[in-house]
Amino acid sequence: MPAVQFTANLTRQTNAPACLVAGKTVREALDHVFADHPALRGYILDDQNEVRPHVVIFVDGTPMKDRCGLSDSVNADSEIFVMQALSGG
Amino acid sequence: MNSHLYLGTRKGLLDVAKINGKWSIIRTSFLAVPVPMLLRDPRTGTLIAAVEHGHYGTKLQFSEDGGATWEERACPAYPVKPEDYPEVVNPMSQHPVPWKLMNIWALEAGGADQPGLLWCGTIPGGLFKSKDNGASWELVRSLWDHPGRAKWFGGGADWPAIHTVCVDPRDSSHVLIAVSCGGIWETRDTGDTWTCIGSGVFAEFMPPEQRFDPGIQDAHRIAMCPANPDALWMQHHNGIFKSTDGGNNWTHLTTADPSDFGFATVVHPDDAGTAWFVPGIKDELRVPVENALCVMRTRDGGATFEALRQGLPQENAYHVVYRHALAIANDGETLAFGSTTGSVWISEDSGDTWERLSAELPPIYCVRFADV
Repeated sequence: MPAVQFTANLTRQTNAPACLVAGKTVREALDHVFADHPALRGYILDDQNEVRPHVVIFVDGTPMKDRCGLSDSVNADSEIFVMQALSGG
Repeated sequence: MNSHLYLGTRKGLLDVAKINGKWSIIRTSFLAVPVPMLLRDPRTGTLIAAVEHGHYGTKLQFSEDGGATWEERACPAYPVKPEDYPEVVNPMSQHPVPWKLMNIWALEAGGADQPGLLWCGTIPGGLFKSKDNGASWELVRSLWDHPGRAKWFGGGADWPAIHTVCVDPRDSSHVLIAVSCGGIWETRDTGDTWTCIGSGVFAEFMPPEQRFDPGIQDAHRIAMCPANPDALWMQHHNGIFKSTDGGNNWTHLTTADPSDFGFATVVHPDDAGTAWFVPGIKDELRVPVENALCVMRTRDGGATFEALRQGLPQENAYHVVYRHALAIANDGETLAFGSTTGSVWISEDSGDTWERLSAELPPIYCVRFADV
């Protein structure tokens, strides 16, 4: 199962635990996380369910490409890391 | 019960309490996070703070204990944009107006007879309503879908901003809002339908044929007198206006001295003829006139204005006061304002004299009193 991890900066604001979830895309994986932690969704995605401008998501060390659809594929061993950009602070 | 002054700043929410006759900062909440807007619900005492995370977006935090502890509740969210929705563009930039929450610029409580009802004005121009004390919010589609929104453009920000919500204390279904830049809008059915009002208001910066169009006006801030809600004061981009008929018609006042440019205004809660402003030179020179800071007060309905300077810096002053950063308490005598350069002043004699709370604070966005 893909592993999802969040920046410690985010965990200061809301509950954002590292976890293993199902999913074949970043969207599917994060939706599983949000199902257990609904308040977390609005910190990472905006009203239109797109990645916030100053949030970056890495998949296996590479920045995610599809910031609107979050359709980047993940596999069972993938590591998804959600961090804040250096901009926007 | 102590009196409180709440300061929404670039670096958090500051709680200022009057203890043994002295105002002191007693607490900071949301340290280092901008707090552009705060409401203290007069019906319940609940504090509602808009907390604007640079990376993670705006959230609403609620406190039932005067700010000791906070609980995040729902934040206004624009519904997913329908694919066939006609694009609304900013007429100035020709860029599509975003369909998502950018900033919160207004928070107000509904009437005393509307428990749980809250209003929230946002950038890029959506008005939201909550019927359950902020547990959920709904975009007011009657305004968002109004064809008049196509004329709106940014003033204080890149996108249209709803910065003023005035609930009529005689009839809480009657609400005025002001948009920068989109004029003044009125509902008489708690938001089901809207009418753009405001004859006599003009925007000198617009082409002549649009100058008096109520639907494009840049009201910076409107204050409604609680004791006489038909009496309204407006600090507009092009000067100071007043209305005595609920905002349908406005008179431009040319008596302001030293200047009629600014952002904030407040009105005395019981005396509609008394109002305060904090002037700058003009729109392209946003600094105090001659670098000497003053508050302007009229006590005769705008026939004359006096510049109040005692306790305020009279040289090398660059303070600008944002539209939500001037407040008057319910006693009608205690006022406070905060500046872009981090000073806050308090007056307990209607503005005759001012005492600086601090000159070391972050830029001040929002000033609100409680229990004064």
